[in-house]
Amino acid sequence: MTAATRQATPAERSPAADRSGLRRLRPQSNPWRHPWLLEGFTWLYLIWSLVPIALAVLFSFNNGRSQSTWQGFSWRWYFADPVNSVLHDPALHAAVVQTLRLSVYTTVITVPLGVAFALGINRWRGYTASTFNFVMILSFVIPELIFGVAMFFVFTALFTFVHLGTLAQTLGLVTWNLSWPAIIVQARLVTIGRQYEEAAADLGATQLQTMRRVMLPLLAPAIFASAVLVFSSVIDDFVIVDLLYSNAGNTPMSVYIYSQQRGGNGGPALNALGTIMLLMSFVIAVAGYFAYRWMTRGERSDRKQALSTIAGI
Amino acid sequence: MSAPPGTPRPRRPSEPHRLFWAVLAAPGIIWLALLFIVPFYAILAIAAGHVNQVFGYPVAVWSPLQWTGTNFGAAWRDIAGSSAFVGPIIARTIVYVALAALLCLLIAYPAAYFVARFAGRRKGLFLVLLIAPFWISYMMRMLAWIDLLQTDGYLNRALTFLHLASQPVDWLGGLPATVVLGLVYGYIPYLILVLYAGLDRIDPALIEAGRDLGLGRVRTFVKVTLPLSRQPILTGMLITALPMLGDYFTNQLLSGTTGTTMLGNVIDDQLSTPGLQGEGAVISLLLLLALLVPMIYYVVATNRSSRVAA
Repeated sequence: MTAATRQATPAERSPAADRSGLRRLRPQSNPWRHPWLLEGFTWLYLIWSLVPIALAVLFSFNNGRSQSTWQGFSWRWYFADPVNSVLHDPALHAAVVQTLRLSVYTTVITVPLGVAFALGINRWRGYTASTFNFVMILSFVIPELIFGVAMFFVFTALFTFVHLGTLAQTLGLVTWNLSWPAIIVQARLVTIGRQYEEAAADLGATQLQTMRRVMLPLLAPAIFASAVLVFSSVIDDFVIVDLLYSNAGNTPMSVYIYSQQRGGNGGPALNALGTIMLLMSFVIAVAGYFAYRWMTRGERSDRKQALSTIAGI
Repeated sequence: MSAPPGTPRPRRPSEPHRLFWAVLAAPGIIWLALLFIVPFYAILAIAAGHVNQVFGYPVAVWSPLQWTGTNFGAAWRDIAGSSAFVGPIIARTIVYVALAALLCLLIAYPAAYFVARFAGRRKGLFLVLLIAPFWISYMMRMLAWIDLLQTDGYLNRALTFLHLASQPVDWLGGLPATVVLGLVYGYIPYLILVLYAGLDRIDPALIEAGRDLGLGRVRTFVKVTLPLSRQPILTGMLITALPMLGDYFTNQLLSGTTGTTMLGNVIDDQLSTPGLQGEGAVISLLLLLALLVPMIYYVVATNRSSRVAA
């Protein structure tokens, strides 16, 4: 900027200030321009949040023991290595099986339990109902460590017939994840309203018939979405299964990765295990998304809504 | 919502079927009572019990009449006594979590704001990318940073290549910054989704009204958007900071030295050390008590907002 223009500015400013109402209309302060700075920041965030993971996936294919130096592509940590690959190492193998087993058990118990709980609590409306609704939401915010400590003590000091291991892990995970179906189904109950139920009752359906023929079909997408969320949160769970495992036979993937890495036994095999976890979650997420879209195909809902439901927001 | 006691409520069609709903809710209620409420009583019974002198296992005392203060005394000596080691750890935990939560908010808010307001037709794409970390296991995400932060990892190579560091930095050797950034990286996806959901719900007409009434871009944000996003910010910060306070794995993986020990590590260690489990119960209980008010606030706030949405 030259001295001349700088001196000219104050002179110009006073008439401009009189027309301050018009100043907003000047093109350089277009109020609806695209916020490039904000978009750039968002992309930086996304790069920071996703590129490290992409690199970690890449290192699971590393043809060497290093987690930081690239030595060429290989499948050795998945199945090619006869000793240390996920396929052949019994400990790695057992971890995958244990995670899948816990996910299946937990989903099968949690979803019916939570759906019935949500329906009952939502329609019953007594002090007991609201108290337990409160308890259920509380289980959603309590730090997982405190919950895990409570579970650890109840199984070691009171319900001692439940030994630490798969059973204790499943019971803990069911309690921890019960809020997913309970919250999602209650939200769906609010959206569908009472009119269908009342119409069914007016037409002479009994309570059970209404439930089976009207409510369950209407709730199906929500039930399905909560099953997807429960299954994937069990895959990713760490604290509860870490506090409640007892031996190598019931060590799930997350605990295995943690204990090996911490013990200085890190290596691309752990990355391979992590990549398998990631793939499992993604297959479930993608399948869940498309199935959810299919189930809600007659409704006025869009892709973003389906996406948010599957992500639990 | 609730009628004052004594006034006859209008009979709803479902009223005669209260029993049906009660039966439907019963299994869940019993489950939560046995496996959520009773376990917390178990913490209390262990904390107020005593420790077996020979084998070191904790003895739970279920009757409040026989409670003793042995474990509380031991915990108090460790927190505030002459040889206290838990006190400084509590202070450190608070500082780390406060820093990490603040950083999370500073990073998450602009990104969530952009996606909710300006992403336009690319909203679906951005949403997928924002949700992706939520679906990736925490351990995998920590593993990613362990790989990058190795002494011969890509970060050190980039720094030495750009002459920003003369020699490789030992990132994983107990640096508080690494732990705080690990916490930010670990918990930010949850915050961003809560913020996005809250910001997306703001009626664009309110923002346009602000603009039409002559407010500039910044002042519209300060006067309209920010006050309307107060609730998502508060609940989002809670949902981020509460689990951070019980985190022991992030710092164990990214540092593992005693210089960065957090409260979660103390509890985790005591739980696996014979003789110290009773004290671990006391410290868990104290943490729970300290967090009770924010947790109840969260429950009330989400209840209120779901009623408003209905």
